[in-house]
Amino acid sequence: MATVDLKDVKKVYPSGFEAVKGVSIAVPDKELCVLVGPSGCGKSTLLRMIAGLETISSGTVAIDGKIVNSVGPTERDIAMVFQNYALYPHMKVYDNMAYGLRNRGTPKDEIDSRVRATAKILELSALLDRRPRELSGGQRQRVAMGRAIVRNPRVFLFDEPLSNLDAKLRGQMRVEIKNLQRSLGVTSVYVTHDQLEAMTLADILVVMNAGLVEQMGAPLDVYERPASTFVASFIGAPPMNLLALTEGASGAVLADGTAIAFAPREARAATLGFRPEDADVTFNAEAPSGALVLPALVEAVEPVGAESFLHCAAGGNRIVVRVAGRATATVGNQLRVVAKAEKLHWFDQAGKRVG
Amino acid sequence: MTPRVVFPNKILPYLLVAPQLAITLVFFYWPAGQAFYQSMLRQDPFGLRTKFVWFANFRKVLADPAYLNSIKVTVVFSLATAIVAMCVALLLAVMAEKVVRGKGLYRTLLIWPYAVAPAIAGMLWLFLFNPSIGSLAYMLRSFGIAWDPLLNGTHAMILLVSAAAWKQISYNFLFFVAGLQAVPKALIEAAAMDGAGETKRFWTIVFPLLAPTTFFLLVVNTVYALFDTFGIVHAVTGGGPGKTTETLVYKVYNDGFVNLILGDSAAQSVILMVIVISLTAIQFRYVERKVHYG
Repeated sequence: MATVDLKDVKKVYPSGFEAVKGVSIAVPDKELCVLVGPSGCGKSTLLRMIAGLETISSGTVAIDGKIVNSVGPTERDIAMVFQNYALYPHMKVYDNMAYGLRNRGTPKDEIDSRVRATAKILELSALLDRRPRELSGGQRQRVAMGRAIVRNPRVFLFDEPLSNLDAKLRGQMRVEIKNLQRSLGVTSVYVTHDQLEAMTLADILVVMNAGLVEQMGAPLDVYERPASTFVASFIGAPPMNLLALTEGASGAVLADGTAIAFAPREARAATLGFRPEDADVTFNAEAPSGALVLPALVEAVEPVGAESFLHCAAGGNRIVVRVAGRATATVGNQLRVVAKAEKLHWFDQAGKRVG
Repeated sequence: MTPRVVFPNKILPYLLVAPQLAITLVFFYWPAGQAFYQSMLRQDPFGLRTKFVWFANFRKVLADPAYLNSIKVTVVFSLATAIVAMCVALLLAVMAEKVVRGKGLYRTLLIWPYAVAPAIAGMLWLFLFNPSIGSLAYMLRSFGIAWDPLLNGTHAMILLVSAAAWKQISYNFLFFVAGLQAVPKALIEAAAMDGAGETKRFWTIVFPLLAPTTFFLLVVNTVYALFDTFGIVHAVTGGGPGKTTETLVYKVYNDGFVNLILGDSAAQSVILMVIVISLTAIQFRYVERKVHYG
């Protein structure tokens, strides 16, 4: 259906503030690209530039290989699901969905059949005569999706569509969006600040920070090989444990002077990191070789059910370790945290991945 | 449902609403009652004898061709004033939304006319369009229009409507600007992405969402045109030429205080009161149904 190509896109506001500082992303046909990052990282601005709601300061946005910089939102043939749904409050659900088709002069009976077919997919058939204010949050969300789907556009844009829903509904809708997008095969760009949503939905995950792309790739690749400390701490919950290294008498030491028993993978490494699930705890005194061993004091235990998270003080930092099932350690226990060397991530002074 | 507040003291609530009640009683119910009583009295020319005549005054007034003419004049005047004032204000408000630089100044200038007293506004327009000294009248004549509101009833009505509407535009403008700002930007953007052009967006999204504002202004403007325009009529045309601009309110004044036919005048006030009450009731019952609040 369509590809979306951004080339060195920048957004500078009249005040001089640079919201997007040169971003290039290529979304292949039928794939779902998720832009994720903290608020203010420029992800929404980027989405609005693809939609045509914001002007592009420099660079190009191309849909299906055709540059659309000077094409208005009305002619781009893109549908967007807004954060607050932006349903027309004075129109019934049916008219909300039919509005875009009517504006494009679709014949009446075709509008009717398409709206009803879409309503059936989204289980909205019984609600077509209601007004938006008579619907629950989840139903409104569906109508907003329906309004986008019914038009059969070239590209879908999602602007944090699930952030107004409660946790349970969010999980449900996430799966539904993914299935819908896959079955309809429409190229999509999805903006969220929720890393779980980003991980589960994305074909291409784009992590943004301060107007720039930090890392781009398949979600699990990003998870397994974060390109920077920012990505490492943003993707994954709880985030990766990051420990600063300094030069000690016998090689690299942690902030509190604890020496690590082996040489870093790269001499210029300034930070080491490991994921909570890549570490283990042990009460044994002898240390396995070829692993990072940290004496730790348990400060808090979070039992989640299938797993527990131990919050510990170790090496002058607070770290989190995941243990399966019920935790045997309790608050105040002294134990050792063991992380295998091959599971360690190393970052340089600027926070970039090394090795 | 808001919970009912129960006062432990039985007298205090009544004491608290007493001032409001007193004002309503003294300034509304009492005069209204007096007018109603007066409307059933008939006096001799010197005010020496008064006779109770039941509804004879009403019969007389309603059969009077001058009164029926006055109703027609009022309908034309009120509708024209309300429509002109609201359309121009909406146009200006939509335009003001697009102004980027000097928005505040632009708005302030448009709101100013509201601070002008009706009689002054009337005089202003009277002078501007005075056939012998008015600058705008001179311009109209140079375009080949035989402008003469002193002799031509239609011209007089146009002048009156212009003056009355001009004064109300600022007020309407203020409400429309506020109303436009309350329309969520995301809705406009959604409509744009749904393929609606600017004009279409206005009529299908913005205008329906402005309905509560428009409805409110319709009520206010009708009441304004019916009652608050006495000063303008008095200053601009005095009901003339002939009786072509004699509105109901102006006729009440003319018959009561100029011609001193108090019974007729009172009967007319009562009829006017009934008209306004029923108009407002109709507006709220039937027009409001088509209005969607948020």
